[in-house]
Amino acid sequence: MATETVRPGRVRRRPGPVQTSEGQRAEARLAFYLLIPTGIVLAVIIAYPVIRAIWLSLNSDARFGTSEFVGLDNYIRAFTGTGAEAFWSAFVFTTQLTIVTVVLELVIGFAMALIMNKAFTGRGLVRAAVLVPWAIPTAVAAKLWEWNFTPDGIVNQVFRTDILWTASHWSSFWAIVVADVWKTAPFIALLVLAGLQIIPSEVYEAAKVDGATALQSFRRITLPLVKSAVVVAVLFRMLDVLRIFDLPFILTNGANQTETLSTLSYKESIQQLHPGYGSALSTITFVYIILAAFLVNSLARADVVKAQGGR
Amino acid sequence: MAVDTAPTRPVEAPARPASRFTGFLRERGLLLLGIAFIIVYCLAPFYWMIVSSLKANPLLDQSLFPTSPTMTNYKEVFSSDNNFQYALRNSVIIAGTTTILALFIGVFSAYALARLQFRAKKVVLGAVLATAMFPLIALLTPLFQLFSRLGWIDTYPPMIISNISFTLPLAIYVLTSFFSEMPWELEMAAKVDGATPGQAFRKVIVPLAAPGVFTAAIIVFIAAWNEFLIAFTMTQTLAAEPVTVAIAKFTGASEFEQPFGTIMAAGVLVTIPLVIVVLIFQRRIVSGLTAGGVKG
Repeated sequence: MATETVRPGRVRRRPGPVQTSEGQRAEARLAFYLLIPTGIVLAVIIAYPVIRAIWLSLNSDARFGTSEFVGLDNYIRAFTGTGAEAFWSAFVFTTQLTIVTVVLELVIGFAMALIMNKAFTGRGLVRAAVLVPWAIPTAVAAKLWEWNFTPDGIVNQVFRTDILWTASHWSSFWAIVVADVWKTAPFIALLVLAGLQIIPSEVYEAAKVDGATALQSFRRITLPLVKSAVVVAVLFRMLDVLRIFDLPFILTNGANQTETLSTLSYKESIQQLHPGYGSALSTITFVYIILAAFLVNSLARADVVKAQGGR
Repeated sequence: MAVDTAPTRPVEAPARPASRFTGFLRERGLLLLGIAFIIVYCLAPFYWMIVSSLKANPLLDQSLFPTSPTMTNYKEVFSSDNNFQYALRNSVIIAGTTTILALFIGVFSAYALARLQFRAKKVVLGAVLATAMFPLIALLTPLFQLFSRLGWIDTYPPMIISNISFTLPLAIYVLTSFFSEMPWELEMAAKVDGATPGQAFRKVIVPLAAPGVFTAAIIVFIAAWNEFLIAFTMTQTLAAEPVTVAIAKFTGASEFEQPFGTIMAAGVLVTIPLVIVVLIFQRRIVSGLTAGGVKG
């Protein structure tokens, strides 16, 4: 599954003398033993629940005991049946949320990274400041933004508006977007900054000698060279927003069609005690996330990021 | 504050000497503006949380400074209505145990993935990283049913066990990238001196890896400390509820008026330790968060 999705840390080929096959075998054996605990733990805590959830999704909703196999009924209910309205609303809302937040985070995060990449004293302080939104628990950030978005709150005061932010669909949407972008754009900034810092300054100097403008350097050097860092950041964030729960659950609790796929699944399976239908919804969420990851990964491979950067 | 030793790029000299000074000023000015933007963006909401927590009635008093700061909200956080001290204790136990377990299990895998050659390495790495993608919601119903049946709701184990599902991949991810950065030669030298791979691991790698393990511990602890969905599902009372759930559940005198002053005070209490840790270890945390991402 998704072997190529997220690039792991550098795994170097071992330098040095050619190994005997005996040494290789000993090494592989040690690796196997070292991986056993992780394998067992992930099998119990992830593989078992996922498979069990798929099984539950094929059964009717009786909580313990008398549930019966109903095939794809729960899925049909979500896609075209009685649950369709709520499901597609959550599906569309989650997708809109993902696209808008990831784009905004990328723009703001990229700008922050370009600033932080300049030499200046007190860079450590800025980096620490950037980590603050990341460190704040999402539940606390959600409460903080709920407070900021109250009718008499600071947001309305600063912008001299009079909006009941959590009382309508689109204002709720933007409240969630603002809260999420605030918390995670700095994280993107850090990932992009790390990408920027491995570009040697000689490349820029050479471009300058050749008469490149700052804009040309940015388009032809910076963008292509940070591409992989950006793709990783976008992937991480996209997968995160597609399963977003804490923020909408606390900030709007699904009011005014602001249910996301995760909050909807949660309400069905845990609060309404519909493990069958709820598991169908969470399985759909899961599959959707996998498909989105593959899509973005293959788009990135087709150099779309580069092409867009070259506009 | 840590002194920054990262390589810095010299300020580029403009082509025409006459404009050098104004060009320099303009560039510095823009840079300062940018830095100010970052600081305000990141810290203003946090500042507002602190200011609100110090006001007797933040709903009526929206001034930008606490004109008459009071600790009322902080006292209210620990009053018999909220009993926040239990939530703090629970969070420390849950996040602490999760961190220790995730690191203990993860460190072996990370070593194997970073240092050893074996055929299935890519598959294992892929599988571990794919679990980072899992929406918790997909695991929740079966885990909830399992722990309900065992009668474990409102105890620590369901949260600790479920938290491992996302902290273990995170730990392996951070540790693997740290281990890949460590000097190879020392392990080789130990092997040349007759150490087995196991001995090389214990006597050479473990002491060298301590800083990376420590950083991974911070990142994993923060992730576990901030977890909400699992804890919200697996608890019903104060007995095992961690801070994130307690804050979300704070209620005031009126149904329509949330005690935001108290909630902000609790938020500050929960966040300040993390912010201090972040201030002290910002370099390490940043390298831990980004090391795996950029070097593909």
